[in-house]
Amino acid sequence: MYKYDNYDQQMVDARVEEFRDQTRRRLSGELSEEKFRPLRLMNGLYLQLHAYMLRVAVPYGTLSGAQMKVLGDIADKYDRGYGHFTTRQNIQYNWIKLEEAPDLLADLAKVEMHAIQTSGNCIRNISSDHFAGAAADELVDPRPYAELLRQWSSFHPEFSYLPRKFKIAVIASDTDRAAMRLHDIGIQIVKNEAGEIGAAFYVGGGMGRTPMVAPCINEFVPIDQLVTYSEACLRVYNRHGRRDNKYKARIKILVHEMGKDEYTRQVEEEFAHLLTQGIEPPLAELERIKPYFADPAFKAGLSDEIDRTDPDFALWVDRNTVAHKAPGYVSAVISLKPVGGIPGDASADQIRLMGELATDYSFDECRVTHTQNIVLPHVEKARLKDLFDVLDANGLSSPNLDTIEDIIACPGLDYCTLANARSIPVAQKISERFSGNGKTAELGELKLKISGCINACGHHHAGHIGILGVDRKGVENYQLLLGGSEAEDTSLGKITGPGFDEDGIVDAVEKAADVYIANREDGERFLDTYRRIGMDPFKEAIYG
Amino acid sequence: MKILTGNDLKTGDVTWWDGQGWSRHVNDAVDVGEKADEIAAREEASRNVVGAYAIDAATDENGVRPAHIKERIRALGPTVRPDLTLKPADPEAGNWVI
Repeated sequence: MYKYDNYDQQMVDARVEEFRDQTRRRLSGELSEEKFRPLRLMNGLYLQLHAYMLRVAVPYGTLSGAQMKVLGDIADKYDRGYGHFTTRQNIQYNWIKLEEAPDLLADLAKVEMHAIQTSGNCIRNISSDHFAGAAADELVDPRPYAELLRQWSSFHPEFSYLPRKFKIAVIASDTDRAAMRLHDIGIQIVKNEAGEIGAAFYVGGGMGRTPMVAPCINEFVPIDQLVTYSEACLRVYNRHGRRDNKYKARIKILVHEMGKDEYTRQVEEEFAHLLTQGIEPPLAELERIKPYFADPAFKAGLSDEIDRTDPDFALWVDRNTVAHKAPGYVSAVISLKPVGGIPGDASADQIRLMGELATDYSFDECRVTHTQNIVLPHVEKARLKDLFDVLDANGLSSPNLDTIEDIIACPGLDYCTLANARSIPVAQKISERFSGNGKTAELGELKLKISGCINACGHHHAGHIGILGVDRKGVENYQLLLGGSEAEDTSLGKITGPGFDEDGIVDAVEKAADVYIANREDGERFLDTYRRIGMDPFKEAIYG
Repeated sequence: MKILTGNDLKTGDVTWWDGQGWSRHVNDAVDVGEKADEIAAREEASRNVVGAYAIDAATDENGVRPAHIKERIRALGPTVRPDLTLKPADPEAGNWVI
């Protein structure tokens, strides 16, 4: 894992003290809310439906056991005993007091964490593959490149007031586990025919009110020009992005309206200019970063055998573990989606426990996934049963990864000022319905995602089944979408037709699932069947 | 009726104007008529509240009920965490919101 150097620590510590003074001045009346609001937002502190909400950055989703334990302690000390893991691989606390926020940030800084750039029109937390460094199919570990970009984008003076927020994802495998093409910039680390490492740039993706799949604007940028090319992409956006209209201010609109070819031409022109300016950090910096992400000391000669005598354990192994690059190891996914539970929520005790398990079972490392689960990336197969038993005793053994019960849901109207409808109760009812009717296993991989408003924090556009909550004359209403994907076969879901009430949407989801079961061919997932037979059979079953 | 709501500056708690000060309970809210902007400006300047705004509400046998579901959720707390609402474990709480 990356460790702060003196510069990192000094910057974060200085920001804590700066915010402590700003908070003091706000509480004493020296600062108006109008002046204070952008300052608190720069430190991740929102005013939400019930209280202040703090969003803590988890760079590329990677945490040490000690950091995870502190996140649990913070949930107890400053919140109401729980936290919410988000689709941006971050954690949010829902009940923060302004007067205590500086102390909270100071506690975070002690374990090399902060909430900087988790809000505002700046480059947000860089996200990545939650199996980075463990996946059997990755070219390289993408995190050193993500870390380099984190350092470049932190406090970048030119990009602190962009037309709109800006999200970057970095992956290094053909399998996309980070919704890469649905980011403002998606970067895939690739190798060219000469065997050199470089980066493919996908620019102008996103969800929200106008969903777009990012086109590739450059298939191979040499790795020693990664930062310079990123800077060129941002500069063209910063120059031409629509500051006059918040709803047209994201880079996806610029790329769409300007056209991919013209945007690319301007980026290449700016890139050529920047190459003369010498802004790229020396490769030595990347080489300095890489050892922090070196493989842990995997044991040699481990067995791949797993005792599957316990059927509950065997099911969990089948559903919640993923192949690892090292023999004798797997990546274990801790589902935060218990039946009827709140997707992404974990109690303080559970968060601390997951930190302890990261230390004890996974070389002191865990990951937050954009699907609101937690990964222990490096677990010995021989110790899986012990791990499972601990998880099971603490309500963390739901065997439902990538099933219809593994639902992404934004906080929705239960917590969020922007939401139009509640997301969580719908997720709870769907997981209860499918757990109860026993269809979960039969359905196999079926990714269901729910957003409580058009901003799409719940990634509804990218769900095999997506649900969008809307406000219809003060009453919650839910639209159904089919056919989305945020994987390497990225696609945007299409709305089936008129919306439903809370119970109606659950029935509609079951009808869609039944159409799949009735029509699927061997080996087809829900998404494959939908793509083959199209929308009509689903509409007929749902509305007919 | 028009009632005035906002958040406590220090704690962020949802608060309601009760005619004299700010209450955590929507049932204490009073009709502010045309004076919402005046009260909000004064109270924000005094740092008693942040982000104050007026909403539509009505009174029924259960007391003051904001017109929009968002404000009813603000008044009570998240519907999915009845243990954290102002009426803990009240089985009727969800119905009041919806």
